[in-house]
Amino acid sequence: MEEQPITPALVEEHNLTAAEYERIVATLGRTPTLTELGIFSVMWSEHCSYKSSRVHLRRLPTRGPCVIQGPGENAGVVDIGEGEAAVFKIESHNHPSFIEPYQGAATGVGGIIRDIFTMGARPIACLDSLRFGPLLDAKNRFLLDGVVAGIAGYGNCIGIPTVGGEVYFDDSYSLNPLVNVLCLGVARRDQIFYGKASGVGNPVIYVGARTGRDGIHGATMASAEFDETSQERRPTVQVGDPFQEKLLLEACLEAFKTGAVLGIQDMGAAGLTCSTCEMGARGGVGVRIELDRVPQREEGMTPYEIMLSESQERMLMTVAAGREGEILEIFRKWDLEAAVIGEVIADGVMHVEQGGRVVARIPNTALTDDAPVYERPLRRPAYLDKVNALNLDRLALPGGLFRAFKDMLAAANLCSRRWIYRQYDHMVRTNTALLPGADAAVLRLKGRRAALAVTTDGNGRYTWLDPRRGAMIAVAEACRNLVCAGARPLAATNCLNFPSPEDPEVMWTFAEVIDGIAEACAAFGTPITGGNVSFYNETLGKQIMPTPVIGMLGVIDDVERRMDIAFKEPGHAVLLLGETLEELGGTEYLELVHGLKQGPIPRLDLQREANLQGAVREMIGAGLLASCHDVSEGGLAMALADCCFASPDPTMAVEVTLAQDLREDAILFGESQSRAVVSAPDAHADRIAAIAADWSVPCALIGRVSRDVFAIRLNGHTLVIDDVISLRDIWTTSLETILH
Amino acid sequence: MKFGIVVFPGSNCDHDAYHVAKHVLGEEAVFLWHKDESLQGCDVVILPGGFSYGDYLRTGAIARFSPIMKSVGRFAADGGRVIGICNGFQILLEAGLLPGAMLKNERLKFVCRHVHLRVETCRTPFTGLCAPGEVLSIPVAHHDGNYFADAATLAELKAHDQIVFRYCTEAGLLRAEANPNGSAEHIAGICNRAGNVLGMMPHPERAAEAMLGSADGLKIFQSLLAAPAGAR
Repeated sequence: MEEQPITPALVEEHNLTAAEYERIVATLGRTPTLTELGIFSVMWSEHCSYKSSRVHLRRLPTRGPCVIQGPGENAGVVDIGEGEAAVFKIESHNHPSFIEPYQGAATGVGGIIRDIFTMGARPIACLDSLRFGPLLDAKNRFLLDGVVAGIAGYGNCIGIPTVGGEVYFDDSYSLNPLVNVLCLGVARRDQIFYGKASGVGNPVIYVGARTGRDGIHGATMASAEFDETSQERRPTVQVGDPFQEKLLLEACLEAFKTGAVLGIQDMGAAGLTCSTCEMGARGGVGVRIELDRVPQREEGMTPYEIMLSESQERMLMTVAAGREGEILEIFRKWDLEAAVIGEVIADGVMHVEQGGRVVARIPNTALTDDAPVYERPLRRPAYLDKVNALNLDRLALPGGLFRAFKDMLAAANLCSRRWIYRQYDHMVRTNTALLPGADAAVLRLKGRRAALAVTTDGNGRYTWLDPRRGAMIAVAEACRNLVCAGARPLAATNCLNFPSPEDPEVMWTFAEVIDGIAEACAAFGTPITGGNVSFYNETLGKQIMPTPVIGMLGVIDDVERRMDIAFKEPGHAVLLLGETLEELGGTEYLELVHGLKQGPIPRLDLQREANLQGAVREMIGAGLLASCHDVSEGGLAMALADCCFASPDPTMAVEVTLAQDLREDAILFGESQSRAVVSAPDAHADRIAAIAADWSVPCALIGRVSRDVFAIRLNGHTLVIDDVISLRDIWTTSLETILH
Repeated sequence: MKFGIVVFPGSNCDHDAYHVAKHVLGEEAVFLWHKDESLQGCDVVILPGGFSYGDYLRTGAIARFSPIMKSVGRFAADGGRVIGICNGFQILLEAGLLPGAMLKNERLKFVCRHVHLRVETCRTPFTGLCAPGEVLSIPVAHHDGNYFADAATLAELKAHDQIVFRYCTEAGLLRAEANPNGSAEHIAGICNRAGNVLGMMPHPERAAEAMLGSADGLKIFQSLLAAPAGAR
């Protein structure tokens, strides 16, 4: 099979262009073997090489006082004080999840968890950002059901709580679901491990599961759009075994304690190929491996198959010479495969042998730093002008705003996510200090006063209507969510989900999104420490909306000062911080009630946003607030409802009286940025007002927490009034009703 | 009091149980590796939650054959105190230390949420500090918690006061909607006839600190500390 001649058809099958093939021949100074062609094909795939995005990603701010490791490693690392570091990253598993939702999502979870513990961190939490097509379609219900079960199946078994995330539905995700998983871990600051080979002569050890024929060309599959034959690509989806990964996790953390491990990288996309050449490249050395020594699940595997397999739950490590026995012993204790399969060499090449024969010998950098980089053409999409011409004068108020409000409570994008998060073990490891449903997840750090807060945010409709501002809002909202939970935002990770980069209009939106993230992250002092780009999210020419998802990490200095969104006591004052403008473009309301997906989306003034966040932090820090919730999708009416429904007391309600000269629907459902709803005892109201004034944040007492009766009055008449229990019931059971 | 927490390769609530014993209660605690046989002189053995050996076959079906379980069986027979939580309960059933079997949840989905438990008996060393009929708020997190036993076994359990916890409403009423998994007679936890072996699906170790939403689970551990010494 090795001798198979390389034909143009074979090159094309490997998703390489003729020009790229010529470049391979020039780099090697000869024709590649079939194994080498396969290796180039995966390493130069969009998924592994970032060849279309790299020139843009350089514009992201990646440095800051807290950053220990920025992009380029398995995950980002930030300082969280007291000698500890947080290790976190978000990654997509969109393509596999469409082809096979359970395993696709499960291995997405497994992959990102490995990225975290590879760095020496104990993973403490996962969050998922999901997008599906409308649930009226059985196929989308099947995908949601499978993805949620896959995430649960993997996360619950390995014992890492799934503590938060988000899910939204839109037609553009119908045949292109998005499955983005963020994992967070904690390590000792001085015990971080890197994917770097070092020390010529040091042994290279393979640990974990055996290599099988699954997942071959997974990375290449994820670097192309889908058509009607996509289901034929099921064999490219890997099968996850969370029990194996649990063993691997414990064994690796135990091995790290010996001090014998010098470098380690997980085998994710592009498997053994990727770990071998990347570890060599980062260390400025080479790695020689012998495939006969690789533990294999089946007989007769070719070098091509072994090098390209994406079998899960495997790691590659370099160990100090002479200490391999200690490491092998630990893996034996955990009943895992472990074998010395090669060594570090001085030449900067990836050298692969089988049966004493060299089957691949490629300079590391040809596969990594020197992989092709494209400056793809950009063109502003023509649709933008058309969809940003919303004329509110022509938009009639709906017959009954109360009816509209009830529709929104039941809307798939706004209703309770209970059906999903109850399938996830969100409490294991007993650190979950805020249960799902809050603005952010809060994880305590045992033995410390401090806690971590983490959230994911991204509104595809906003970024479709206005890529740059939509991306800025995603960053602003992520920060705001953390601040509302009592945290100080530290650093971010991003998952950039887009259609084909070969479409200049897509590439333009990508560039705009990068600029938006860059500007907002710089303004909030939250550098990007890593992430993932997922292109080619389109099927049969139908593209997803550009969907950047921001994962944001923050620190709460005193876990007792964490804040949640639930109203606490009838009689408490309810205040609205920030200004409500007449903004309905891009809102859930506009699409749900009027069937319009039109902009302009809400304005964002970074200074005002920073002021709002500063004021909220000061109020929480001073212990003045009983609850705090940012106002986002669904507007003020939805935010007030959330604060009631989050209470364990089903009778907790609110009565507010608003007075503002704006369209009634804009007041209720507009999504003006930089706002928060807070509640507090009356005695604190003056101090809250004073802090707001110091920060130039508008602050209005709009009502009181009540019992049983949920009411919103405006300019003297009642827009919404009902028994809170019946409203709560609509909101709580909507997703379950749709799905069963 | 010395707590021993058994670590099967797929245990994932072992650290949580250890944390409660060691740091919340301030007692001695050790991990007991599944390949060992020694219980290291522990006063209480905890079989923690998790997925013992992956549990792809049937929860706890392989774990019962592990070396440590031989010792746990002897310890229990001698009157030693054993708590199986979640996967630990499933293992106790498979090992024959408690009667009955575990089915998949009625709705065939994993369920993680806070539930209410009614204390049905205070005669055990695990519930001595509870009042009869007291309602505890403790979370569940499982896919296979639908306890099943035939009518004769259920009658036996009742006759010998072996039903320790039942799922209930906040007010302590037995209602189908308060039962998260469809278990027979709303059973959440049972003990052996002597009362020294407890199996329960809910996780008391997750409800041992107010910060986590409830400290009701602590009563189970505190009852153990307050109970007259058991066998070693």
